[in-house]
Amino acid sequence: MSSDSKRKGAKPAAKPKIGVFKFASCDGCQLSLLDAEDELLGVVGAVEIAYFPEASRTMLKGPYDIGLVEGSVTTHHDAERIQEIRRKCRTLITIGACATAGGIQALRNWKDVDEFVRAVYASPQFISTLKLSTPIAEHVPVDFELRGCPINKYQLIELLTATLVGRKPNIPTYSVCMECKRKGNVCIAVARGVPCLGPVTHTGCGALCPSYDRGCYGCYGPMETPNTASMTSQFRILGQNDDQIARAFRSFNAWSWQFRKASEECERA
Amino acid sequence: MTGRGGRTIKVDTLARVEGEGALYIKMSGERVSDVKLRIYEPPRLFEAFLRGRHYSEAPDITARICGICPIAYQMSAIHAIERALAIKISPEVRLLRRLFYCGEWIESHALHIYMLHAPDFLGYQDVIELAKDHGPVVEKALRLKKIGNSIVHLLGGREIHPISAAVGGFHKVPSKRQLKELVSDLEWALETSLETVRWTSTLDFPHFEQDYEFVALRHPEEYPFNEGRLVSNRGLDIDAAEYEDRFVEFHVKHSNALQSIVRGRGSYLVGPLARFNLNFDKLPEVAQKVAAEVDLKPPVKNLFRSITVRAVELVFACAEALRVIGEYEPPAEPRVAPPNRRGVGQAITEAPRGILYHRYAIDDNGLIVSAKIVPPTSQNQKRIEDDLREFAAQLAAWSLEEATWKCEQAVRCYDPCISCATHFLKVVVERE
Repeated sequence: MSSDSKRKGAKPAAKPKIGVFKFASCDGCQLSLLDAEDELLGVVGAVEIAYFPEASRTMLKGPYDIGLVEGSVTTHHDAERIQEIRRKCRTLITIGACATAGGIQALRNWKDVDEFVRAVYASPQFISTLKLSTPIAEHVPVDFELRGCPINKYQLIELLTATLVGRKPNIPTYSVCMECKRKGNVCIAVARGVPCLGPVTHTGCGALCPSYDRGCYGCYGPMETPNTASMTSQFRILGQNDDQIARAFRSFNAWSWQFRKASEECERA
Repeated sequence: MTGRGGRTIKVDTLARVEGEGALYIKMSGERVSDVKLRIYEPPRLFEAFLRGRHYSEAPDITARICGICPIAYQMSAIHAIERALAIKISPEVRLLRRLFYCGEWIESHALHIYMLHAPDFLGYQDVIELAKDHGPVVEKALRLKKIGNSIVHLLGGREIHPISAAVGGFHKVPSKRQLKELVSDLEWALETSLETVRWTSTLDFPHFEQDYEFVALRHPEEYPFNEGRLVSNRGLDIDAAEYEDRFVEFHVKHSNALQSIVRGRGSYLVGPLARFNLNFDKLPEVAQKVAAEVDLKPPVKNLFRSITVRAVELVFACAEALRVIGEYEPPAEPRVAPPNRRGVGQAITEAPRGILYHRYAIDDNGLIVSAKIVPPTSQNQKRIEDDLREFAAQLAAWSLEEATWKCEQAVRCYDPCISCATHFLKVVVERE
């Protein structure tokens, strides 16, 4: 567990510096790092946690070898901050649905944000927020987008390990259905008529919802090549109306272009 | 930055708290002229976009307010909606929800005590530094946290934003055998929690007592999670439906989180200290005994001792989890089918950091017409500022650096969850 970096005589190689940066989010994805209880001390032994305010008072200046970005951009200040962070990070990785697809707060993108602010705050003039909640890649180039609301901690560790040794991470991009079949689940959509977004949703959760007798609600966002039109017609066959289908596509990854297109088509229908 | 006798305590990014905030304290001599707990976490506007969503989506959507206490959000949302729809849950489901909450309390309290709070008392920047000198302590903490997470994982599928809790019950419930598999770990966790109480009681606590109004749920038979009346040490005793009559939220310019006061009185404190002080008699014997052993008895008014109170709650949560597992029989149905009807429902549950209020109005189609959510950290916000006004004055003779760190520590005693509060920690102390 303990590192030997202070071994006498040998000069220790500099550890890669990691920064964890937060934008509009729930903190859950960065918490995944602290939730990796069995791996945490190993990870922190291999890297230098240079900036991670949720875990430490130490806040070292960049540059950083890896920047992990959680959350979406919703303020002018954050739109500027992400530019600065990009400049300081050799590799920039977004973690989770907010950073990768705008998050649940992107529901404002179809509405009048000023009305939203008035609905929540007594003094709307104190609040400064953008009309859109946008993913990091709409602002700066991103090296890898890790999906999920929340991310899968094992995928995060795989991604960090791969990045540190310079290989391609083993993170599949097929649908939840593939994982679900491999688990030996009986298909709840086919056998029981439960609306399930599994066919169009990115794998990574371990096909959790179908394993718990409920339909997938798409928290990992669109898979590589989702056939959302077919998904929509399947939902109609199962008795869902267009409002319900639009809502299904419009949740934690609503602003991903594939789900966005699908929900907007339902609204127009 | 200091003129003679005056200074500013400033923490631009408060560390080891969940979310983003800053603290600014302006002093001239021993007098504190201004305290601002700035919550700059960007607003995410949940209450606005919940409108028009189906009630069945609310537990999963509101869980996303906070990755640290998603179960609290799911429980408050579910209970409020069940009240709106007049749903009665089975006793088995009720018991499982208690177990679910035990998991979150164990996970969250272990994280806060060891990884976020203990470094303050021992003079470390973080748990990583702490681990270098106290490896076995940190390994124990991680195991404790993992055991809490394993309850959540079993009942909810995953630790963060679990997927099984639903209006009316659970999508799927565990078998007796699956629960029994947790027992040996929980027995270890109970012993470790007892050690945690003893260990935290040996820390060096600043002497800082305030005359707080403590607010927590109180249930006739049990230490509170999901049910009970809302009570305080100043005579408050209300149902959740009366919450908005008795508490007022207001908006200050320096914070993206609304502050909250008891109508006609002022700031109040929610969380472990409030629960412990108001419900000591409902703690299981094992928790009461260890509290007595370390001379912790209600009313505890020293904020800094909250770390030990949190540890006593760890003992409670482990003991309660073991009790539930011992009594558990799977329900005949994992959930009751909710009726389609309109209604308004309110609920308060005890998140690890304190009471969490939800209210929903639902229309005939099951769509949410309006929603209101008051998280624990926004309720504690005003109290934190009031504390710092007193506390910073006591630190007038300290060096700026020491005073700043101490003020930061005072804030951390609340285990603030800023992601929740806006849906925070920078500290600035200015002396002039």
